[in-house]
Amino acid sequence: MSPGSEWRITMNQSNKSNISDALKDAGIEILTCLQCGTCSGSCPSGRYTGMITRKIVRKARVGKDVLHDPDLWMCTTCYTCQERCPREIKITDAILAIRTIAVHDGIMLPEHRRVSQLVLEYGHAVPINDAVKEKREGLGMEALPETVHKYPDALADVQTLLESCGFDKLVAGAQ
Amino acid sequence: MEKLSLYLGCITPNRYPGIEKATKLCLERLEIDYADLPGASCCPAPGVFRSFDKATWLALASRNIVISEEMERNVLTICNGCYGSLVDANNELKDDPALKKSTNAHLEKIGKTFKGTVDVRHIIELLYDEPGPEKIREMVTSPLDLRVALHYGCHLVKPSKERKLGSTEDPRFFDELVEATGAESVNYPDKMACCGAGGGVRSALLDKSLEMLEHKLSRIRDADVDCIVNACPFCHLQFDGGQVEIEEKRGTEYNIPVLHYSQLLGLAFGYLPEELGIDLNLVTNEDFLLKLKGDR
Repeated sequence: MSPGSEWRITMNQSNKSNISDALKDAGIEILTCLQCGTCSGSCPSGRYTGMITRKIVRKARVGKDVLHDPDLWMCTTCYTCQERCPREIKITDAILAIRTIAVHDGIMLPEHRRVSQLVLEYGHAVPINDAVKEKREGLGMEALPETVHKYPDALADVQTLLESCGFDKLVAGAQ
Repeated sequence: MEKLSLYLGCITPNRYPGIEKATKLCLERLEIDYADLPGASCCPAPGVFRSFDKATWLALASRNIVISEEMERNVLTICNGCYGSLVDANNELKDDPALKKSTNAHLEKIGKTFKGTVDVRHIIELLYDEPGPEKIREMVTSPLDLRVALHYGCHLVKPSKERKLGSTEDPRFFDELVEATGAESVNYPDKMACCGAGGGVRSALLDKSLEMLEHKLSRIRDADVDCIVNACPFCHLQFDGGQVEIEEKRGTEYNIPVLHYSQLLGLAFGYLPEELGIDLNLVTNEDFLLKLKGDR
């Protein structure tokens, strides 16, 4: 399947003719972008990853396939572009919203699936390990913190919520 | 004074427990009314889970907030990422009845309801408000003779329309809290730049994330400081663990100690580095620990 056809499926699923309309529904207007490049010039990631924020906005605006653009995943969400945009476009929020469409289309980096699995299993994106339990005890603290780690019922509640939201199926990926 | 619940997040309790201990010691010294938040989960991370699925992000974030609502306490975060997630989720749910309704439909399955009765605070903006830098300066028992490179971290001040903490290009409030300990907050180029960890970049694109980090570290090294101070365990992990990874992958040794603000304040309250877990960092800088002991 070509990237283009997948993208059309996404648009069908969200019942929107294009990404900019989908973003508009989320309160994000990108059509006022004048392609000045302040976003790219301010981007701390772009310096090293080659990410070009201005092009993400342009692609989303003119209906080119942006969902498969690897630049989407190079954003650290620092919000500098959004703060500095002379048109006050919610650029970082737009990138997050475009990621959401991509993920719901099955486009997700394997590392992000793994960290999602950690939340499904432990309720923490960064779960505890034996070395840290020892560190805690060395500090005179309980080995397990006052979180889902210590309360199995609380973890079960978190897992119920994740299932209720369909998060387990969303991040499962191709098995 | 407002009643608070201490929301730990993931990285503090599960990687840097010294930050948790230091925070509790400081809150007790400052006579701030706080309680544990039992059964809390991942916030979940704003640049990652929020971008995957908003309903999931809201459901988990609201559950953490609801536990605090049930305790009739505002949520206290000690992490910029947790702050970003919880304050944004709290505001969105308070402002949007439809979103609140759909989120509560999920929460109903675990017998909980989001009401919108509490606020979410970050320890830095909280301490700046109350007791404030001047009062903290008066309470300090061991003023610190340290040159500090302060890292605000992105989500403490941005997006500014949500945070309402003033300038994002050159803020001062956190510097004032650092200087209340006696330390000097040294200016350096790109001070407000991102550490490179957020948005899932560290987890998925580590090498690129470390390049961003190394840019900052090189600026900080040139500023000739004793340590880096942050208010976010994820930035802390990036600065501390990242230095070890940079040395392994790229051969450059920086060896700059990294402290969460609660650890810096703990030192100024006379606690030992070992009591605050400062010696449990991955970067081990004996000169720094000796200097701290010399100050005691």
